[in-house]
Amino acid sequence: MKKFLAITTALAGLAFSVAGASAETKPAVLYDLGGRFDKSFNEAAYTGAERFKEDYGIEYRDFEIQNDSQREQALRNFAKRGMNPIVAIGFSQANAVEKVAQEFPDTQFAIVDMVVDLPNVRSILFKEHEGSYIVGMLAAMASETGKVGFVGGMDIPLISKFSCGYKQGVKAVNADAEIFENMTGTTGAAWNDPVKGGELAKSQFDRGADVVYHAAGGTGIGVLQAAADAGKLGIGVDSNQNALHPGSVLSSMLKRVDIAVYQAFEDAENDSWSSGFDVLGLKEGGVDWALDENNAELVNDEMKAAVEEATQKIISGEIMVHDYMSDQSCPF
Amino acid sequence: MTAGQLPRWVDLGLIPFLNLAAAFLVSGLVVLLIGENPLNAVYYLLLGSVGSVEGFGYTLFYATNFIFTGLAVAVAFHAGLFNIGGEGQAYIGGLGVAFACLALDQYVPWYVTLPFAVVGSAIMGAAWALIPGWLQAARGSHVVITTIMFNFIAAALMGYLLNSVMKKPGSMQLETRTFEDGGRLPFLNDIFPSAGFGFAPVNLSLFIALIACGLVWLLIWRTKLGFEIRSFGANATAAVYAGISPVRITVITMLISGGLAGMMAINEIMGSQHRLLTDFVTGYGFVGIAVALMGRAHPVGIILAAILFGMLYQGGAELSFEMPSITRDMIIVIQGLVILFAGALEYMFRPALIRMFAPSRPVSA
Repeated sequence: MKKFLAITTALAGLAFSVAGASAETKPAVLYDLGGRFDKSFNEAAYTGAERFKEDYGIEYRDFEIQNDSQREQALRNFAKRGMNPIVAIGFSQANAVEKVAQEFPDTQFAIVDMVVDLPNVRSILFKEHEGSYIVGMLAAMASETGKVGFVGGMDIPLISKFSCGYKQGVKAVNADAEIFENMTGTTGAAWNDPVKGGELAKSQFDRGADVVYHAAGGTGIGVLQAAADAGKLGIGVDSNQNALHPGSVLSSMLKRVDIAVYQAFEDAENDSWSSGFDVLGLKEGGVDWALDENNAELVNDEMKAAVEEATQKIISGEIMVHDYMSDQSCPF
Repeated sequence: MTAGQLPRWVDLGLIPFLNLAAAFLVSGLVVLLIGENPLNAVYYLLLGSVGSVEGFGYTLFYATNFIFTGLAVAVAFHAGLFNIGGEGQAYIGGLGVAFACLALDQYVPWYVTLPFAVVGSAIMGAAWALIPGWLQAARGSHVVITTIMFNFIAAALMGYLLNSVMKKPGSMQLETRTFEDGGRLPFLNDIFPSAGFGFAPVNLSLFIALIACGLVWLLIWRTKLGFEIRSFGANATAAVYAGISPVRITVITMLISGGLAGMMAINEIMGSQHRLLTDFVTGYGFVGIAVALMGRAHPVGIILAAILFGMLYQGGAELSFEMPSITRDMIIVIQGLVILFAGALEYMFRPALIRMFAPSRPVSA
């Protein structure tokens, strides 16, 4: 009985503290099954949240799910404790966000890579095709054989969006370029199969490719390794992967999930939260290409000038990069 | 060292308790090592799993899964077979549930769909256990090897089906469309609105699991087939000498075992997720082995062990939520320790207890 009393008092205390603190920003992140330190997508979200903590001195909560039932449970746990805003990482969270956001209409939610059409949800999408276009141009300019490769992770529309933008970028530089494209698989395992990624890259090298771009999460580590081993060039994705094999990674297509998370937290803190679509492209700095000391020698001034010009043209709308997801097809 | 050497309450009560205590003691040390207070951890674990009706609802939801997979392993145990393919059988069982729900959900209410889903999941799960069972019976290919290989085949097959046959067009998720009301079991919260189960996904399949427990008890201890299964498991040579067909018993036992594992999908697919999706089994099949071991392959023991593991799953999630330094991997360590002490080291305390409780008898092998 004593214990029961203790529990009830603790619960009551919790309830009060939640009620008293509802005005503060108490941000939360919910990672996808990949987990906090996946070296790619989820880790980028973690980086953004950490940077916010440093800049604003505001603690955040995060959670790594173990199975699908925990998505809703974790979102609800966050919402019940008065966490606000709550950022869910990955398209798999869409069902859970949709449900829980309706139950807590006063809590702000955000979801990355998917659209949930509710008044208190910010759907954050990236124009991956624009960033891929830029690295496609780099690939075509760096290639000596006129043949380049692409290794995708799981065969889903999102990855075709990467490959389509990439192809358009390659063709913009060299209309006769040949592009080899391989997807690693059709299930979630395709995100984490570096051995197969390496084999796919090798087969593309055997066919004459000398630059390979990957959009394959953990699988891509094998792609970049194979490129370094064969003395060819790889292109990284999501995070800046230039440092993995200095001198062998031509560049990385950055998908700034960290900026998206940071912005969501910051907007809540500054009371400038907006729901609805938030589409981040080259213009917003949501996608970008990486240039640092590791690849400075690989990218000459001519290449730099060309992609900077293209970036300006994409931002101004002069160059339209085709979005695969708009019509589920790629004209290139 | 047979069961007869110890009083029943020691065998069924004290030994599992000691094993559990040892597991939690070691877990507590691990929690201490990472610089957290183990008592706080236990508090959050209990608060999350049984501290509220909703939390308990989650516990029961996970327990429902474990009852099915635990029964599956237990039935095979009784015939001396080690079915570790519950993971794949449950996964394929999901196919049976999804077929029933996708075909019927728009036309009939859930209670019409349910029998088809139950039969469908059992048939699919049983079918997945049929080939390993037959290979064991007729060809001597060890069932441990074949069932675990079938887990991988199941994963590949489901990946293919969800990708190219059953996927919702244009979706990035490997999943079917969401079932309409005719393909959804009522949640306990809908049946007992005043009980306060809240959003917990525990649903009607809990009762199906309990019925299955009763039926398994009847089968194993009250039927001729059950007697044959137990005889075969106790001494296969003697059973064959007594006229029991080894092929028949092996295949039938594996079919029942696979069917029970397949029925786990009712809880996940029709009860909670309302759509067939990839990797929904996430280890429940393997935990079933520990549940069956801990529950002494008896339905009542399995229910208790399933609730314990349900508490570990649900309380563990709450624990890592409340104490972020205890990551989800730590929770798996704690679950692993319970499995280690309750399963693999089951006999660790037994010799000492035999000396304590049976001093008059000589301690001979």
